[in-house]
This record gives sequence, structure tokens and C-alpha cells, in this order.
Amino acid sequence: MNPVMIDIPPGGIGMPNLLSRYAECTIWLARYMERIENLARLIDVTETFVRARSTSTGWLSIVQINADDERFFERHEVASEENVVGFYVIDRENPNSIVSIAHAARENARSLRPLISTEMWMHLNMFTNAVSTLGPSDIRASNLSALCARLKQDCQTHHGITEGTFYRDQAWLFYLIGRNLERADQITRLIDIKYHTLLPSVAGVGSEVDIGQWAAVLRSAAAYHAFRRTVRDDMTPAHVVGFLLKNDGFPRALSTSLRQLYWAVGHLRTDYGLKNGYAAAERIEELRATLAEQTVEDIIVRGLHEFLDWVQRELHLVQGEIARAFWPPAMPAPPANPAPDAGFSQEQSQS
Amino acid sequence: MSDHRGDLGQDDTQQGPGLFVSYDTPDFYCELMNRRDPPPASLTLIRDRLAHFGLTELRQRARVAEADLYNLGITFTVYTDRDAIDRILPVDLIPRVLTAAEWDHVERGVQQRVAAINHFLWDIYHERRILKDGVVPAGLVLGNSNYRPEMEGLDVPGRVYVHINGTDLVRDGAGNFLVLEDNARTPSGVSYVIENRHMMLRSMPDLAVGLDLMPVDEYGPRLRRALTETAPAGVQDAQVVLLSPGIYNSAYFEHVFLAREMGVPLVEGRDLMVENGRVFMRTVAGPRPVHSIYRRLNDDFLDPHVFNPDSMLGVPGLVDAYRRGNVTIANAIGTGVADDKAVYAYMPRIIRYYLGEEPILSNVETHICAEPEGLAYTLANLDNLVVKPVGESGGYGLIIGPHATKAELEAFRASLLADPANYISQPVIDLSVCPTLCEAGVEARHVDLRPFAVTGDSTWVLPGGLSRVALRKGSLVVNSSQGGGSKDTWVLAS
Repeated sequence: MNPVMIDIPPGGIGMPNLLSRYAECTIWLARYMERIENLARLIDVTETFVRARSTSTGWLSIVQINADDERFFERHEVASEENVVGFYVIDRENPNSIVSIAHAARENARSLRPLISTEMWMHLNMFTNAVSTLGPSDIRASNLSALCARLKQDCQTHHGITEGTFYRDQAWLFYLIGRNLERADQITRLIDIKYHTLLPSVAGVGSEVDIGQWAAVLRSAAAYHAFRRTVRDDMTPAHVVGFLLKNDGFPRALSTSLRQLYWAVGHLRTDYGLKNGYAAAERIEELRATLAEQTVEDIIVRGLHEFLDWVQRELHLVQGEIARAFWPPAMPAPPANPAPDAGFSQEQSQS
Repeated sequence: MSDHRGDLGQDDTQQGPGLFVSYDTPDFYCELMNRRDPPPASLTLIRDRLAHFGLTELRQRARVAEADLYNLGITFTVYTDRDAIDRILPVDLIPRVLTAAEWDHVERGVQQRVAAINHFLWDIYHERRILKDGVVPAGLVLGNSNYRPEMEGLDVPGRVYVHINGTDLVRDGAGNFLVLEDNARTPSGVSYVIENRHMMLRSMPDLAVGLDLMPVDEYGPRLRRALTETAPAGVQDAQVVLLSPGIYNSAYFEHVFLAREMGVPLVEGRDLMVENGRVFMRTVAGPRPVHSIYRRLNDDFLDPHVFNPDSMLGVPGLVDAYRRGNVTIANAIGTGVADDKAVYAYMPRIIRYYLGEEPILSNVETHICAEPEGLAYTLANLDNLVVKPVGESGGYGLIIGPHATKAELEAFRASLLADPANYISQPVIDLSVCPTLCEAGVEARHVDLRPFAVTGDSTWVLPGGLSRVALRKGSLVVNSSQGGGSKDTWVLAS
């Protein structure tokens, strides 16, 4: 081998020099599609709680766990179903609504069209076109569950097409980073919604209502059957939370997402010589260690909500490390000739 | 009932009652139905096959094809404050067919014209022989708003200035091809040529089956090869990129399409940077060198240090790198002076001057209003002429004499007199027509043709080109921004 070759970041396979902008857009495309799926899951499970009249906070819960209180109450007086669902599905003024996220996903995909498969683009294009036509009649209570199911399915179709057609090079690893960052973040929100709807005065821990709620959380994460099959014990908060946070076999568990996140960042280094991801990898590793070394009972005793909040903040920092490593705002430029500000960054609007 | 359809009946062995039953083009050259020469057998075959389609069937297929284009995102995008509205360029399912002999003529004519344009550009930015010899007025070139002093004395690789050229052609009442204008800056539309073919083969497989059509799939590899051939001297394994203004540009789909077909990164200005007179792109592995840039930005936006200082789309320092010979820009800066409508009038003389040949493709007869006799003729015949502003594109600001009201003509006469140098005039051409699916059935609509030529070490012309069709009845304006559509252009290989 030519010794020089060792120092040159090997192209691996495919496009050897992935544009920084493509890497950024890829992460956000993956995040946005994952976010839509999870928002549909959140709406679905909240609808279940509300229908069972087992919640004191009702539809307000979603607003709270997304920290959207301020924006929501600027626009609405009460957190009614109509208002909250409208806010999160069809409100174009709300950047966290499904229609806005779908639009953002498509704009990222548009930037990525030279890179992604025609099949990915075509599906995204049809999906986002369909979402943009959703109106008040689509989100009526009687249609809501079916709508959530359809949104989930479309996101899953996107994942499937991507899995089956997206070329396996650096861009694929960035896609996986985006998907797993978002999935890790979202599972903490799904658990948190149960925290927000707890009804200590009416139904204590272990009551029928309580168990029913945990079962709904599991169902909304597509975890119910896997939980039943693998966890022989009662459906206690600790068991359910433990499953969703620490079960390495469950694809949406926090530990699984973090493991895959770590794997993808690691492969950027080992397969493509991209050593810049070191700081991000280290932070992910610390997060994994913190999760592994405490029992779920410890976590609950010390404060589940606080823990979930901390995880969300850590994930935000991981995203920041990745941005610094792969699309730094001021890349080396000639001193006499400063490059203009890249002026392109997307902020996760929820945190 | 007109005679020519009776004549056609003799060629048509099994002329059905179908699609063309009420088709009538008494006054125009129809590319499919009313040709002056006996058509080759394969063209007759296409006509017969079409005649057996029912109108309902054709409409149904057109609907499916349109939905297809929309879903595939083969669209240009119109942005409003809140939305991105994707529009498709309407495609008619009845192809525009060129015979092998016609194509041979067009191809040679386009190659000749591109060669002359490249000679012309080298000359005016170096020795200016053609100006000194008085063939083209110096003021027309040196005073032209598209003339770029930055290009003076710069030796571009292979002396290629126009790597990609689009030549707009029309056919007159006798079927002669005439050049309407040259597009030597950043001609667009080639993506529709290729996507239209894909769509046609999906939608009308029974029409195309067994025909020997010249393929259009080679465009991307040819373009990449030309950009590699004209990379700066000494560069091995040149990195080619396509520079786009970004997703908000209405032609963004085409930029994506071409980047994909070439297999090169689509970059925006912010993805590039210049360091020590060399161009780099920002990648996840750090800066990587760039050698050839196919830019889809106008000159003004390329480099804020040299041109429009407010441009956020360009790359600071790019022109410096270019002048040092470290990067190729395609098309070169300053080619707009060659496709200006005023210079166009001199193109036959330019061809003779550099190549010592007669033009293979004629110009439309053109009167230069900057010249006294041209102005006098134009003023005297205003109601019979098309008068066009020079240095403008898009079909705006021109007047078609026979279609204008008296008041419009008078108003126009005033603007013409106020600034005669800004106008040329041409006779109204009876543009050829093609059968086209319209609201009321299959009707004749005017078409033009834009073949695309790619130049590296030699000039290659994509077989066919973009056939634009004026979808409004009687309209001569085929521009896509003014209600135009397109057709797939079939070149018969034999």
C-alpha cells in the first residue's frame, strides 16, 4: 500500500467526500421523520388516556412534555382536544406540528435529492403532500386514531424504503445518527407523559387505572407484547420504565438507541477515518454508562422526570458535538479572506 | 375538409377514425401530419399507431403521467411566504418526431454555431480581430452589459467558453429550421428532455415499441467528460461539482437531476471556499479540492469580491482562483456577450469569418434597430414584425405586430424611438405545429426546439432536444413561464 493512503481519509465506498451540508441535512431528515412518528404515538396514547378519563391534565400533557406551553397559550385559551390536536397536527404556525415537521423534512430531502434514492424522494414527496392537505375534519376525535396509525405507517414506510435503498456510505451513518438521537429523545418523552398524567389522589401506584395507563404507554411504543413475553413480573412502573429505558432487545428502548448511536459514530471513525466525532462518542459513552450503572428503582427514587430531562439535555449536547465536528460554522479559511458565515443551521425546537 | 388530409390518406395504410379525425392544419407546416416531403416509414407507423388511440384513452394516460411527474417531483417550485408550490411542466403525450436526415442537418448546424461562438469569445477577450476588421461593431461588444473585462487575456482550457449551449430553433412554413436565438450562458431544460423520454416510455410503450429511437441517456456522462477534459491542465482525476443557487431556485430540480446524472456533488456557494487561489468544498473530512464547476448561477452572483457584493450565493475569491487557472468554470464568465440578441444578428457573418463556411442553420431575418436602416424598416413595418428587446429573456417585453392592437403598437413605437439600440425586429414566422392534446381534442399547437450541445475536446449534441409547445391556441410564445408545455422529441435513427 502506498503509505500516503493511510493518512488520507479513505473514501470507503461511495462518495468519498460527503459535503458537510449533506451530513447535516441527512441527520435532520432522519430526525424529523422519526419525530413525526413519535408525535403520532404521543397523540395516540394521550387520546387513550383522555378517552378513559384517567387523566387530570388531559391534552395539556403533550404541551407540557414538549415544553410548548408558552407558544400554545399564546394561541389558545384552553387545552381542549380540538386545540391541542390542531396545534400539533395541522397548525402551520407551530414549528412542532406534524405539518411543519413534514415540511421541514421535505426541504431537507430536497437538499439531499442528489444523494437519496428516487424511491425515498417519491415517497417523502407524496407523504408530505398528503400531510399538507390535512384539515380540521381529519383530526376529529372519530378519525384521530386512524390518522395516527396512518402517520406511523408512512414514517415506517419511509424507514423501510431508506433501509432498502439508501446507499451505504457516510451518509447512511449520519442517517442512523439522526434517527437514533431522535428515537432516544422521544422515548423519554413518551415515558414522561405518563408521569404528567399520574393521578395520585384518585388512583395509586399499582391500581387498575395505573396499570391500564402503563399498558397504554407500552402499546404506544409498540412494546406491549414484547414486554409481556419477556418480563414475567407484574406491570409495575419500575418494570415498564426499566423495559423502555434499559431493555437491549427492544428497538425503541433508550439503551438500544444509544448503543446504535455509538456504533454509527464509531464507524464514521473506523470506516471513513473521521476522527472528529471523538467528543460526541465520548459523551454518548458517558450517557450509556450513567444509564447502565443505576437500577430503574434508583432512577425512580431520585426522580424519573428529572432523569428524563437530564437525558434530553445530554442528547442535545451530543447533537452539538456532532455539529461542531462535521459542519463547523468556521472551517479553516484563508485569514485574509474570511468565508462568510455558513448561515445554515437548524435548531431542534424542542428541548 | 382540406386537401392535405386527403393526401395523407394515401400514406396511411390503415388510417382509423380515431385521434386525428378533426385535426386540421391548413396554414402551417405540421411536423407529423402535413410535411412537404414523403415521410419515412417509421413516421407513418407512429402516425397510424396514434390514430388508433381513443381520445378518452389518451386523456386517461395523460392524467396518470401528470400525477407521476408530480409524485416524482419533476417540478419547478414556486415559493410563497408560507408554502412551496411544486408545478410540473405539462408534457404532451404526442411526441415530436425528427427524421434521421433532419437531425443530421440540425446536429451539424449546432456544432458549427458552437464552434463559431467559442472562436468569437476567445477573440473578443484576446486579439479582437473581428472588431478591428469591422465585421462586428466594437461598441456592440465592448459596450455590452454582458461583456466582462475580467476575462480579458485569460486563457481558458481548450479555448472552450461555452461548454453547454442551447440553440433555439423554429421551423417556418416550408419546414426550414431557423435559429431564433442562442443560449450560451446557463441554458436550462435538458432535464425535461430526459425525464420526458422516461415518462413517454412508461406511458406510451405501445407507441414506441420496435422503433429505433436515438437514446438521450448519455447526457450526464458526456457532460462530466467534457468538464473533466476542460479541467485545469495537469489535474488528474478532476473533482467536478455542480454549483446551484439552492432549493429556492425554480430550476433546482434540474440541478439535482444533472448532479445525479453526472455523479458529482451538488454544491451551493456556502459549500465552497477559496484558499490561496484554490477552490475547496467543505466536507465532513474537512476541505477537499474542486477543479471544475458547472455553475447554474449567473455571472453577477458568482463572486461578491468581483461582481454583486451583496450576493450570498457565490464564492468569495472564485474569480481570482479562476484567473489563476486553478479552476474551470462552465460556462465561462462573460459568454453572455455571444448570445445577446444584438450580436445574434451578426452570427452568420461571425460563422463565415472564423470558419470560412456558410451557416448550415440560417438565422431568422433580423433588423437591427441600432442601425438607421434597420430602425426605419422596423418603424415602417411595425404591424408585420416581431420586435424584441435585446438583453432580455423570458418572452416579456416583446411585441408581435399582427397580434397587437393599434394602441399597443403606438405605445410600443414610442418606447422603440426612445431607445432604438435596445431592439431588433424579425418577420413573424409561421411556426410549425404538432398535434397536441387540448381541452377540445387533438389540435395543432406551435412548437420550437432547443437542442443541447456539450463541448469538451469536441462538440456532442444530445439527439433531439427540448420541444416546447405553446399550449394556448394560436400562441407563438412557448416559454414555460408563459403557459408553455413540452413534448418528447424522438429522433429516428433510420
